[in-house]
Amino acid sequence: MTAQLLGLVLAGGRSTRMQRDKAALQYRDGQTQLAAAVAALRPFVADVFVSVRADQRDDSTRREFKQIVDQIDSAGPIAGITAAQAEHPQAAWWVLACDLPFLDAATLDHLAAQRDSSCDATAYRSSHDGLPEPLCAIYEPRSREPLAAFLAAGRQCPRKFLLQANTRLLAAPHAHALDNANTSEDYWQAMAKLNPTQADTARDIHVQYFALLREQAGRREQTLTTTARTPRELYDELRQQYPFTLSPDVLRVAVNGEFADWSRPLSTADAVVFIPPVAGG
Amino acid sequence: MTRFSFSSTPLDIAALQGSLRDVTCGGFVAFEGWVRNHNEGQRVTQLEYEAFEALAVKEGEQVIAEARARFGIENARCVHRVGTLDLTDVAVWVGVSAPHRDEAFRACRYIIDEVKHRLPIWKKEHYENGDSGWVNCERCAAAAHDHPEHDHAHAHA
Repeated sequence: MTAQLLGLVLAGGRSTRMQRDKAALQYRDGQTQLAAAVAALRPFVADVFVSVRADQRDDSTRREFKQIVDQIDSAGPIAGITAAQAEHPQAAWWVLACDLPFLDAATLDHLAAQRDSSCDATAYRSSHDGLPEPLCAIYEPRSREPLAAFLAAGRQCPRKFLLQANTRLLAAPHAHALDNANTSEDYWQAMAKLNPTQADTARDIHVQYFALLREQAGRREQTLTTTARTPRELYDELRQQYPFTLSPDVLRVAVNGEFADWSRPLSTADAVVFIPPVAGG
Repeated sequence: MTRFSFSSTPLDIAALQGSLRDVTCGGFVAFEGWVRNHNEGQRVTQLEYEAFEALAVKEGEQVIAEARARFGIENARCVHRVGTLDLTDVAVWVGVSAPHRDEAFRACRYIIDEVKHRLPIWKKEHYENGDSGWVNCERCAAAAHDHPEHDHAHAHA
């Protein structure tokens, strides 16, 4: 009998190389990558869960989704998969990463159609190296015990697990459908293909907040992708997002550690600080 | 030598003064900003200082360089506290050594005035009634709301 299929979108990563939360990235339509992955899986599964670390449960990108919290630290995606299998041991899990900007309906349809529940797992063969792609794959309930044993033996690579398990491997319908975006450069390359208008006009800006602005933003810093061309436009944009009470007339602005003009053009990687009225001494 | 710096611990005034001692100098002037128990009709119990240190240090060094060029003093230093301060704590210390007293007084006054007005340093007051507020910011925001035409240039160089 074929086990019920549940969806698990992996969003517990630390996005170290991207330097900001991959789950919150947007390419199109103002939809986060996490929300896009959840929506993509939903037609194929009985329910969708998001795999998170304990400290991510309440963040604004993740809190609206049903969650499964990692039970162990620093083990990567395998921690999410084993936590899901422990929570619903009778279910099969369709595991999906949230950093696959080129994932398309054909790739999902094909995996669903070719699922073989008599195997441990059904997965695609990478178009780059021929190895299994573990993060868009269906793990049957029978993989639960061997996967837990694999992890207990100190091994963490789900690709190596699929290699040694009884995995049905499929050729991907499109060569790059499972290419992931791990770095800021990957992100911009993907954006140039998926949303060229946005790629031409948007830039990554680092913003640091101090004093009253820090309290009102609820954060010390952030990197954001914006179409704002100047600090003035950036502050206007941030005022839509945060309850800033200070009018730009009373602020000064610094870019890259120097006082700057409000109409200075911004480019990617600029560091911007809005300076509230000062009160030293 | 670093002439402007921040400290998250109480200042060692004797050491700061000693660092400016010089055989060519007949005058030394210091200014200390202390935490007092009232401001604008409110009873203050504690202060919190926060700074955009990278830019403030750069600007602080610039202020001292200006004072040296303008008044012909021998040397000057300024240290500003960050973090939580209690009543009577020293929040800022300026010391100037010079051949004669007149340039030392004038340079000291120049440095503290410019530091207060130009450096990205912020002060949050905690009051006896439990309230707190960022000095020059909360009233500014309220004033901007009530009187949009009001000139807010006071806190900026």
